[in-house]
Amino acid sequence: MQLTVWTYEGPPHVGAMRIATAMKGLHYVLHAPQGDTYADLLFTMIERRNARPPVTYTTFQARDLGGDTAEIFKTSCFDAYERFMPEAMIVGASCTAELIQDDPGGLAKALALPIPVIPLELPSYQKKENWGAAETFYRIVRELARGDGDRAARNPKSCNILGPTALGFRHRDDVLEIKRLLRALGITVNVVAPLDARPSDIARLGEAAFNVVLYPEIAEPAARYLAKTLGQPMTTIVPIGVNATRDFIREVAELAGVNPDEVLNDRQSRLPWYSASVDSTYLTGKRVFIFGDATHALAAARIAKQELGFDVVGLGTFSREFARPMREAASALGLEALITDDYLDVEKAIIDAQPELILGTQMERHIAKRLGLPCAVISAPVHVQDFPARHSPQMGFEGANVIFDTWVHPLMMGLEEHLLSMFRNDHEFHDRAAPSHLGQAPRAAEPETVQAAPSEKAPVITGWAADAEKELNKIPFFVRGKARRNTERYAAERGVPLITIETLYDAKAHFSR
Amino acid sequence: MNLPFRPSPNGSELGCTDQQTLKQRGQHEVFCGLTSIVWLHRKIENAFFLVVGSRTCAHLIQSAAGVMIFAEPRFGTAIIDERDLAGLADIDDELDSVVGRLLERRPDIELLFLVGSCPSEVIKLDLKRAAQRLSKLHMPRVRVLNYSGSGIETTFTQGEDACLSALAAEAQPEAQNASEHLIVVGALADIVEDQFRRLFSEMGIQNVTFLPAKKANAPLIIGPKTKYLLAQPFLGDTARVLEDRGAKRITAPFPLGAEGTTAWLKAAAQSFGVSEEKFASVTAAGHRRALIAMDAHRDALQGKRIFFFPDSQLEVPLARFVSEELGMRLVEVGTPYLHRAHLSEDLARLPSGTLLSEGQDVERQLDRCRAEDPDLVVCGLGLANPLEAEGMTTKWSIELVFTPIQGYDQAGDLARLFSRPLDRRTRLGGLLCN
Ligand code: SF4
Ligand code: SF4
Repeated sequence: MQLTVWTYEGPPHVGAMRIATAMKGLHYVLHAPQGDTYADLLFTMIERRNARPPVTYTTFQARDLGGDTAEIFKTSCFDAYERFMPEAMIVGASCTAELIQDDPGGLAKALALPIPVIPLELPSYQKKENWGAAETFYRIVRELARGDGDRAARNPKSCNILGPTALGFRHRDDVLEIKRLLRALGITVNVVAPLDARPSDIARLGEAAFNVVLYPEIAEPAARYLAKTLGQPMTTIVPIGVNATRDFIREVAELAGVNPDEVLNDRQSRLPWYSASVDSTYLTGKRVFIFGDATHALAAARIAKQELGFDVVGLGTFSREFARPMREAASALGLEALITDDYLDVEKAIIDAQPELILGTQMERHIAKRLGLPCAVISAPVHVQDFPARHSPQMGFEGANVIFDTWVHPLMMGLEEHLLSMFRNDHEFHDRAAPSHLGQAPRAAEPETVQAAPSEKAPVITGWAADAEKELNKIPFFVRGKARRNTERYAAERGVPLITIETLYDAKAHFSR
Repeated sequence: MNLPFRPSPNGSELGCTDQQTLKQRGQHEVFCGLTSIVWLHRKIENAFFLVVGSRTCAHLIQSAAGVMIFAEPRFGTAIIDERDLAGLADIDDELDSVVGRLLERRPDIELLFLVGSCPSEVIKLDLKRAAQRLSKLHMPRVRVLNYSGSGIETTFTQGEDACLSALAAEAQPEAQNASEHLIVVGALADIVEDQFRRLFSEMGIQNVTFLPAKKANAPLIIGPKTKYLLAQPFLGDTARVLEDRGAKRITAPFPLGAEGTTAWLKAAAQSFGVSEEKFASVTAAGHRRALIAMDAHRDALQGKRIFFFPDSQLEVPLARFVSEELGMRLVEVGTPYLHRAHLSEDLARLPSGTLLSEGQDVERQLDRCRAEDPDLVVCGLGLANPLEAEGMTTKWSIELVFTPIQGYDQAGDLARLFSRPLDRRTRLGGLLCN
């Protein structure tokens, strides 16, 4: 039993819904109580989808238990078939139905519907959303992909794009970007799946020469299956960031046997120059904390270090399935990876790491708000803001441009940072002025002294001498919170009861090691 | 499907109590009772709601709460895992230790609710016993109560009913010489509660308590001298607990709009012997303000046809409000559960022949809705955007639960909730279609 306040991932059947909702002509019959219909709003509200997810819930009640729940499932399943006339169906149980063991797969089979009906076993008490999505996609591919095609007849310059789903972080835009890239390389796209694919499209996956795996969390099991049974190789590089995009281009060019040179020198890519230009000097060595799903967090770490010149001071993921690559990446950065789905652990790690920028999910955005730190969102779980109206990919060269803008935006602009420290006593450059490009929103001033993490012992109460406090106020506000925290931590660790100017500068020296 | 309009035998247009009720069994598209934690945890200070359930339950509350606004909200989920189910871990011990850690971290908590879910019900986890055991362990600092918000037993607002029943069951009896007193039952926004408190006090009704109280451990006294007034229409079980202890219900419509609020207050005033003149002098200004505030919206809404999907059980009082006070025409009034006794006053004020539907088969209800093509559809978040995309104008029903809508000074806000979607569609013109 685990105490949870906010969760990074929903239950596995929500993962299955992401696949069903992404596809066309597929219907999902879910044995579940009425409250589970909340999941529809994730798609209709957060993603602003203009149609209901293709999901029928049986909504059995307490009075049906021990009696007729199996019958209710059969009726719902049959009615859904008649009403929606899908090309294929997936059927399964949510957490509650799993306990009553009605066997939706067997019941659906007994109906002998004239379409493929794919049973899903998604253990709700062990697994989570991304696993559920991956398993569902794998089951669909396994059931529907035909293996009888002539391998020799495949166009070597053709591929499938696997992984984009409904409710995915920028999946819609990533697909456009990657298609553009592949077209520029002269590679044709046979099928994109699951997003906008029909069951009949899944059937012809085998016509392509290889598979592009955009999101390993979702598509890896299916791609491995296709590699094994249909002999389709798969890509291993996720093209997020300039360097990764270049590596990806080389990888697909090799798989397709085309020349990558022209595409590699694409002028669309502005990140390298923007990062090299002098205004970006102030980005050097910014301390950045990264947390998200494994794909996006790993990519962010590489970009932060190699493309923006940041110092990565924390790296982690909630995707336990990807703990290993995450640990390797972290240790290459001299860090220990944070593998957890408890946002309180993440908050504590952030406080300890004292970053100047957080790259995280919507959860970390809220942590950042409380701590008064700048933050950019790089990964699901998503929020309505993560579905912008404009084209806003993460992948490819345009994705890297978007990333440059999104990460740098919450920070003070270089020139502005200098002006602010120069004029800090000027009335217009007072402490609470927000960065000019962030509008009039009052800045969350100084983060109040950060509450010691709950599990810690209460620190020695340290107070500030009046002159030390005054000195502290001379420090530019955007670093003052950090200076205050550092000094207090320094004082607490040494049992200094009163912070003087001396202590302040001792602490500064100590932490600028 | 269009059910025939039934003329009333005595020719009267109003006063309907035998509306046709359509009952269908099919897919429900409503939240479960856990969802009410979203407002209850803001309402009752120092109380914590611990759901004993699955990842789905945690995800539901998180999704219904919308954004993750609060640093550490006063709710959480003890997620049952496979070890608990396989009997590898003793589930009582696990729960005790989760609660122990929680209370250690949150010294501000004085009242803890263990909230049952579908999984906890199906595995027959005895949360009542657990609550008693944990109460013994943590009293006097923390009182532990339990109720069920499971989706196999409760919809949406019934979670509040279950919670308030648990609180009422713990009430103290009245003293021998107790005098008559009033309990207003049903969570109201603080601002609304304060307004009502002032009005009662001006009428001379001083001894008034609200259930739930803002403070978790505020005393609650129930006995034969108790008269209670329902502020929400979904409190069947709570009413039963109150009546078992001798409390008497004051029959009234629900306090929406100018007329609803006046009738509601008046029922209390009459029951407490407040004179007509006194009542009029206390309520006249509020009543007038409410009418003025609603005026701005009446033109937009008059004669417009409205369709309610079932959601919160507020549908009947809302239908009464929009038809009686704003002149809207009711196409269908869906509700998850129709409590005829508590709704008698509102039902009596619906136009005769109004089509009510109880329970749901969402697919067939959507068919009816499309066939009727109403001017405004009140529905849940899962249906709103899809219906908008089909060209209908919608109002999300959840906002009617989360927004303060009761009382005179909220009547204009309530009317605006209905008029704004229409206003928006007019402003956007043909933008979407072209
Ligand atoms: S319907 Fe049941 S399982 Fe689903 S969220 Fe509600 S209580 Fe949990
Ligand atoms: S429709 Fe109205 S008037 Fe007619 S019988 Fe029913 S209650 Fe009476």
